[in-house]
Amino acid sequence: MDAALELRGIHKFFEMGTVNENHVLKGIDLRIEKGDFITVIGGNGAGKSTLLNSIAGSFPVDSGQIMLDGMDITSAPAYERAKDISRVFQDAKMGTATRLTIEENMAIAWNRGKKRTLARGFTKKQQHLFKEELKQLGLGLEDRLKMEAGLLSGGQRQALTLLMAALVTPKLLLLDEHTAALDPKTSQMVLNLTDQLISEKQLTTLMITHNMEQAITYGNRLIMMSDGHIVVDVSGDEKRDLTVPDLLDLFKRNSGQVVSEDALLLG
Amino acid sequence: MNLLLSSLSQGLLWAVMAIGVYLTFRILNVADLTAEGSFPLGAAICSSLIVNGMQPWLATLLTLFGGMAAGFISGFMHTKWNIPALLSGIITMTGLYSVNLRIMGQANLTLLGQGTLIRTVESWGLNKTNAVLLVGGSIVGLVILMLYLFFQTEMGLAIRSTGDNNAMSEANGIRTNAMKVIGYMISNGLIALSGALLAQNNGYADISMGIGTIVIGLASIIIGEVFFRHLTLAKRLLTIVLGSVIYRMLILVVLQLNVDPQDLRLFSAILLALALRLPAIQEKLPKRRPKDRTAKQKGGKLSWMQR
Repeated sequence: MDAALELRGIHKFFEMGTVNENHVLKGIDLRIEKGDFITVIGGNGAGKSTLLNSIAGSFPVDSGQIMLDGMDITSAPAYERAKDISRVFQDAKMGTATRLTIEENMAIAWNRGKKRTLARGFTKKQQHLFKEELKQLGLGLEDRLKMEAGLLSGGQRQALTLLMAALVTPKLLLLDEHTAALDPKTSQMVLNLTDQLISEKQLTTLMITHNMEQAITYGNRLIMMSDGHIVVDVSGDEKRDLTVPDLLDLFKRNSGQVVSEDALLLG
Repeated sequence: MNLLLSSLSQGLLWAVMAIGVYLTFRILNVADLTAEGSFPLGAAICSSLIVNGMQPWLATLLTLFGGMAAGFISGFMHTKWNIPALLSGIITMTGLYSVNLRIMGQANLTLLGQGTLIRTVESWGLNKTNAVLLVGGSIVGLVILMLYLFFQTEMGLAIRSTGDNNAMSEANGIRTNAMKVIGYMISNGLIALSGALLAQNNGYADISMGIGTIVIGLASIIIGEVFFRHLTLAKRLLTIVLGSVIYRMLILVVLQLNVDPQDLRLFSAILLALALRLPAIQEKLPKRRPKDRTAKQKGGKLSWMQR
């Protein structure tokens, strides 16, 4: 069976050939099986976001190959990859169009990866479906379909973005510290929703987090990045029994560096 | 009364242009100066086609395509060649000056003794003002209806979300560059159409009639926005028509005060500057609580600039 996603020898440079050259990804090899929920952790500048952006196609990688469900997407533009890959950003403002209403935003997500035609943006039937989906959030958004997304709070918007990302089941869901900018209570709400959606729809997920506890609690596999490499990769029983000290220990052993929990938490 | 009717009829013709400017300025979030070239382009195409014996309504319709071509060039340079929007507009507008001269064959092309849309309607027994009202009203109505329907389609939604949030649109598989180019094309098509209508209203096309187009368009938009905030698209388009009429009224009042017509553009410029400043002042004043804006406004408050 093809892997959901396979990265082979991915290298990414920024400002290549200048004095500011920055080698961010240094040969990433990663095989993600279907249904995997992987948490990604690592300090500042470890390359986590660059990894996600490379997979989503925000910019081309400098070498290596990206296979999505057996298809080579290394040179596909972002809008083409979007058909199979959906994502939620850290900044809640990034995930929705502020001047479009909630239902219009959902219609945009409903047509993710499809050609935009002159057909009506959404039908009554779809509107009904959007309403049902919004009910899951328990935020009362189902009664405010005609409200502009820009008027929602950060947490509401992030929840909406998450719902939109899963509206049409993607082959891969990318979460880039999507709860980092929220207050602890809202963050927990969005995380619970994330977990619920992922297990309900069996989404293959890559979730970056800055919080070691979260990385350990959620998902079935954990990856730790450092300086453009994957230095820790645990899954299954080993992941289930992992504690924060174990993780720090593993990191030290595999990367030869000492890291404090604080450094990662802040990272 | 005469003043009012006159402003209303002129305002309707100009409103088509202002709506075109709105599409790029507010919906796509770019300031596209192509308008200064596509407006006289519409006048030039329409006038020279009419002079060469074409039916006025067909000549008027064809200007849409001329404007769309101009919009395509600006949009293409902006999206595919990564030229900043302001510059790509200036490039197209500069080039269009020569193109417009070529089309007209001279700097000023009169429609004296030629059939125009306005004269056709006049021949049904209306006076000039009423004829302009009828032509302008029906075209503006049709344009708003078409845009209203279009911006509810999948493509229309995609264009709106592209202008609103490029990263999000891309993440949802929208071909943002293509959407921007389409927006540019519709915008400049309408602006050219407005140029064609005004040439027929004035009875001539002039190479310099595009100067100040963008200022007039923006002023109309902002006047409409100052009076009515937070509106849905169809209502917003209607306020632009209103803004355009009010703008005409102000111009007529100024002219009645015996202001030299050559000072009009200075007046327009000052008016736009003030209109742009006004919302910021409004912001500072204590305001009424808008209804049903939900409990929490955190992160959701929109600045007027986003509208």
